Amino acid sequence: MSTIVKKRSGVSAAKKQEKQVISREGNISIHEDTKGSRAVKYLLIGISVVFLFVMLVLPLITVVTEAFKKGVSAYLDAVGDPDTLSAVRLTLEATVIAVIINTVFGVFAAWAVTKFRFKGKKLLVTLIDLPVTVSPIIAGLIYVLTFGRQSAIYPFLEEHGLEVVYAVPGIILATVFVTFPFISREIIPVLESQGTDEEEAAAMMGAKGFTIFRKITLPHIKWALLYGIVLCAARAMGEFGAVSVLSGHLRGKTVTLPLHVEILFGDNKFMPAFAVSSILVVLAVVILIIRSVVEYIGKGRG
Amino acid sequence: MPAASRTENGDSAMKKKVRIIPGFGLSMGVTLSILSLVVLIPLASLVIFTAKLSLSEIWEVITRKRVLASFEVSLLTAFVASLVNAVMGVVLAWVLVRYDFPLKRLLDGMIELPFALPTAVAGISLTSLYADTGLVGKIFARFGISIAYTRAGIIIALIFIGIPFVVRQVQPVLEKFDPLYEEAAGILGASRTKIFWKVILPELAPAIFTGFGLAFGRCLGEYGSVVFIAGNHPYETEITPLIIMSELQEYDYSSATAIALVMLVTAFLILFLVNLIQIRNSKILNGGH
Repeated sequence: MSTIVKKRSGVSAAKKQEKQVISREGNISIHEDTKGSRAVKYLLIGISVVFLFVMLVLPLITVVTEAFKKGVSAYLDAVGDPDTLSAVRLTLEATVIAVIINTVFGVFAAWAVTKFRFKGKKLLVTLIDLPVTVSPIIAGLIYVLTFGRQSAIYPFLEEHGLEVVYAVPGIILATVFVTFPFISREIIPVLESQGTDEEEAAAMMGAKGFTIFRKITLPHIKWALLYGIVLCAARAMGEFGAVSVLSGHLRGKTVTLPLHVEILFGDNKFMPAFAVSSILVVLAVVILIIRSVVEYIGKGRG
Repeated sequence: MPAASRTENGDSAMKKKVRIIPGFGLSMGVTLSILSLVVLIPLASLVIFTAKLSLSEIWEVITRKRVLASFEVSLLTAFVASLVNAVMGVVLAWVLVRYDFPLKRLLDGMIELPFALPTAVAGISLTSLYADTGLVGKIFARFGISIAYTRAGIIIALIFIGIPFVVRQVQPVLEKFDPLYEEAAGILGASRTKIFWKVILPELAPAIFTGFGLAFGRCLGEYGSVVFIAGNHPYETEITPLIIMSELQEYDYSSATAIALVMLVTAFLILFLVNLIQIRNSKILNGGH
């Protein structure tokens, strides 16, 4: 045994020497800073920075410069327009409801999937993830087929005065659909790696379900939950395709912020369209910052 | 199963499985009801509606010239855009993992912007940038190249949408990649380029394919950012989601459903392939081959 170990260390020492010799001669060694490798480094960094600048930063700058093209007062007029304000209200409403529904769903679904064994678990997880793989237009389509005029339940809805398609409930449903797995997807991996031992111990000592959740599970998933909520909110406020199918574009009634942007742009009102967009840009940047902070703190706490 | 619960519950444990942690009924109940309301019932209505259509009817719709042209536009632009993102994704992941430079964190945080920025905003912004009179479009217009309102414009919008996918797949693999292999190859006399192609790239391949597949799937279904910049000329720059949208606006639900079915099948096929690759990929991430 000892001879083998000695041999090994001898070999690695020889390797080290060899490496030193090689690098001294200015030849290849991985962590050596040669002129060529430095050139490649700066070239790659340069390509990345230019690419991200043209594709990501420039569009953001464009929104802001176009929004203020005609001065601050024109900007304020566009942002303070009653149609814009009603769009802000509807967007907030849909986003808040989507976040609440998906949080409730995400927590219960994650609990069910990770704390128990049952048949069909894989199918359940696949079905939960399904909405994000579907094109937003198809998401809109399936709600039109479910609640629209040709649907079997349409007479019932009409009788009770419930409007879904081309009305606010449709917009909210579409928003919930496109963000459906966002929160459960963040919590499930955390709970899975944590296992069930702690909850089992607490249950055997007589703790009630909600107490177990509050005292044991919640502290573990806190950051994942918050992260999921941020992602969900981001996607919910910006959803365009699915909402567009179900909205009917009734100004002041069923128009969310992204749809309002579309209408203004379509009417060649470019400056107001960018002014309204700037609200969404600010929200997007805020969300990105919150995301980074949550990720950072979450990682630190472990 | 722990012994304590077995003695506590005695006979009932024999009759039905004992779940120590409470809340199975409640959590499954809530999960299944919300899932049914939001996903299953709407999906079922799509199935029911499809069952009413005859095969020849579906075939007639999806082989219309304009629809076929839209498939071509969607597939081609999504493919090119995802290819660009696959290459740029590897470059970006490499730069973010291997190099240190000022503002690296900012660059890293920016990658997710396409997820956070509403697609409609991206759409109008890119349109005004790449139009013949726009800041970037002007440069190309001088050489007689139009970007906005052509297929190139669609590709630009789809590149924007797909940026995060490949980067975020490749990054963790590259972070876990043991530099030992590179060192070994280097000591054996391989050049840097050879090490990259022969040692590093094969390890990254599953992550790149997964990212490519996810981006491709997303691009095929993308609507918001594309409609503004595409110009939407039939046969030329009309994407499939837009055709579904216009069928819906004309209340032609049968045609819309038939075309949607083709898109759904394609999306699931891509997802299936991605899952196959991902199984291999997660093996690598967890250390074994």
